[in-house]
Amino acid sequence: MSGTDIGFWGVPLAMFAGAIRVSTPFLFVSLGECLTEKSGRINLGLEGTLVFGAMSGYAVSYLTGSPWLGVLAAGISGMFFGAIHGYICKLPKVNDIAIGIAMMLFGTGLAFFFGKPFIQPQAPHLPSINLGGWSDYPQIQSALEINPLFLVGAVLAVAMWWAFKNTRWGLIIRMTGDSAPAALAMGYSVDLVRFLATTVGGFFAGVGGAFLSLYYPGAWSEGLSSGQGLMAVALVIFSRWNPLLCFGAALLFGAAGAIGPALQSVGITQGYYFFNAAPYLLTLFIMIASVSPKRSLKGAPGELSITK
Amino acid sequence: MTAFAEPTGAVRRAVELETVGMTKIFGSLVALEDVSVHVKPGTLHALLGENGAGKSTLVKCIMGFYQPTRGTVMVDGKEVVIATPRDAHAHGIGMVYQHFTLVPSLTAAENLVISRAHPPAVIDWKKEIAGLEEFLERMPFKVPLTVPVASLSAGEKQKLEILKQLYLDQRFLILDEPTSVLTPGEADEVLGLLRGMTEAGDLTILMISHKFREVMAYADDVTVLRRGQKIGGGKVGELTVDDMSRMMIGDTKIRERAARKTFTGQKVTLELAGICAEDDGGMPAVDAVNLKVHAGEIVGVAGVSGNGQSTLIEVLSGQRDMTEGQLFIDGENFEPVRQQMAKFKVFGLPEEPLKNAAVPRMTVAENIAFRSFDEPPIARRFGFMSPKPMRKRARELIAAYRIKTPSTEEPIENLSGGNVQRAILARELSGQVDVLIVANPCFGLDFASVSEIRSQIMDQRNRGAAVLLVSEDLDEVLELSDRVAVMSGGGIHYVVPIAEADRNSIGKAMAGH
Repeated sequence: MSGTDIGFWGVPLAMFAGAIRVSTPFLFVSLGECLTEKSGRINLGLEGTLVFGAMSGYAVSYLTGSPWLGVLAAGISGMFFGAIHGYICKLPKVNDIAIGIAMMLFGTGLAFFFGKPFIQPQAPHLPSINLGGWSDYPQIQSALEINPLFLVGAVLAVAMWWAFKNTRWGLIIRMTGDSAPAALAMGYSVDLVRFLATTVGGFFAGVGGAFLSLYYPGAWSEGLSSGQGLMAVALVIFSRWNPLLCFGAALLFGAAGAIGPALQSVGITQGYYFFNAAPYLLTLFIMIASVSPKRSLKGAPGELSITK
Repeated sequence: MTAFAEPTGAVRRAVELETVGMTKIFGSLVALEDVSVHVKPGTLHALLGENGAGKSTLVKCIMGFYQPTRGTVMVDGKEVVIATPRDAHAHGIGMVYQHFTLVPSLTAAENLVISRAHPPAVIDWKKEIAGLEEFLERMPFKVPLTVPVASLSAGEKQKLEILKQLYLDQRFLILDEPTSVLTPGEADEVLGLLRGMTEAGDLTILMISHKFREVMAYADDVTVLRRGQKIGGGKVGELTVDDMSRMMIGDTKIRERAARKTFTGQKVTLELAGICAEDDGGMPAVDAVNLKVHAGEIVGVAGVSGNGQSTLIEVLSGQRDMTEGQLFIDGENFEPVRQQMAKFKVFGLPEEPLKNAAVPRMTVAENIAFRSFDEPPIARRFGFMSPKPMRKRARELIAAYRIKTPSTEEPIENLSGGNVQRAILARELSGQVDVLIVANPCFGLDFASVSEIRSQIMDQRNRGAAVLLVSEDLDEVLELSDRVAVMSGGGIHYVVPIAEADRNSIGKAMAGH
């Protein structure tokens, strides 16, 4: 065995690397969705927010030369989408799921419309932090090239988990999500709390989009997201609305998404497309495993329109 | 008084409250007319009245949910303006609602802390828990602080609701039927302790109730409302139960109860053998229930709500699968599906009929036809349906059961609760009934409807139907049943003929002893 060939160890290593790389958008979207759903509303439009975030992040990075400004722009545009969703859902007799689907189509459509001129040009990418300098293996070195956004996401997950338990705003959001009458009785505006939660959730999803176009895969194209924003919704259910579990589930989905490329890297090309479908299959199996006709979902916020 | 409650300066004492000429008009409906009630400090004042008598309108005006059309509220002798519930809280007036306002997924401690007007931005749980424990030390009852409220029993939730108001330093409590979810033992405990606090001058209570027993035992004064007006009241000791009930219902004609026909040697019709079932959370809710109901017999299942009764009813009416056990009717295996219900003539009056026995947006005629629309004369060949016989049948039943509806084509959700229940009764009881399964049939209905519906149930028994009655109203169970069974913790471990039934041992069985 030569010095740099690690043989089939490359598969788990590539999956590990992939888990970290691919999971970041999942993580951001699922944390955004988790926040929104904890307040009692579902935003299915985060797929559109993700795509629009990817486009706007890429565009701003290209135009200003600063990828971090791109991330900020993606977040702000995501916030805007969240705010639209949150505002429309405040109106009487509006169904949040239908609005979510409309926002998803609106977001992707708008992104394609404005994104046409940015498909070709190269925008500056986000830098990565090299944590693998101690190793001689280039595979390990490349696996440990970690994007700062991943670390931000991990910190955010822990912070949200802590905040839901230990801060006034955390308790208010959980209260609105679990019992609107109770929140109203205590004088909190349920609509305002949900509006803010949806808006901030949109910010997170937008940042997740910027990661897609500015780091991995690292270019703006129309097929960039391929439904990751929707899978993140399934992921939140799987995580039982717990931000820490969202982090773990995002890693799991990331690893599943990396199976195909990892196998390809060691020369197994058979079933490449099948293995690429792993995250979608995983979504399906998770949904089947986590629901039952006889039980209601444990841990689900009581005000969600799907659990009511 | 404490570091963690709202800073109020001095120790608050019982509040005195008086309403003067309270009137509330909604459009053309006079919900409340010139009601003046004086609640003296340190007393427990009972507010009696039927549904729709204006009790909740009155307390909502006091709490600032409604603005009275005329009239004022005086607190400690001074006229005050209460525009919102927050204003009421500022005057020390708090309310414990019939439906809980606790957040199920939050713990008791979280619920208490977040209920404060200004909870800290970052909560120091060590300090808060210590503070709460110190607060509980001084309180008459205890609840576990660190488990989610969803896993507390109904009694503990009710205590926590009351504790919450005391924690917020409210010294005038409005309690809306506070004992409806408690066992008789728990009710006595809670009311006894609250009464102790009023006697000590720490608290004033205005309690909405319809249980004369509790009013007689614990209240100092009583006010009776009827149709929005104050009909009477006074010191509890100076009024009899008869006086109060006459004030409540006025001269409404009450249908005479059907006499109980005596049967001997009746066969077992309905048998529940080892029924087990799970609730929505996948937790066991019904635990090996065995029960036999004879023809011409009413078996009443008493119990505090949340002890598996609704799950049992859902199993019997086919809304939920059982995990173990079998049902028999006349010795034959019975599965609660449509064909077998028709074959064995099984009918039911589930609780909350608008939700469990009707499609709210379908018409009265359609709802009445649910048992018969797939049979001639309504059903015709090739799956077509003819609406004419359906409407004709509906008109007959609307007349026979005195259902108040504009027409057969009115969506059933527009009917009042009593009329929805009558429509369902008409559908279920108009044919031959062998087995009748009834759950909380009179919940939220006025006196006249209650009496009517109970008579109908008794009629079915006298005609030889086997009746299983599940009710949270112990008085209803004691009035109707031939045998009383008590459900607690998902099981039935206590069955007694009505002649040997006494409140005490039933109360103990309800509490699981």
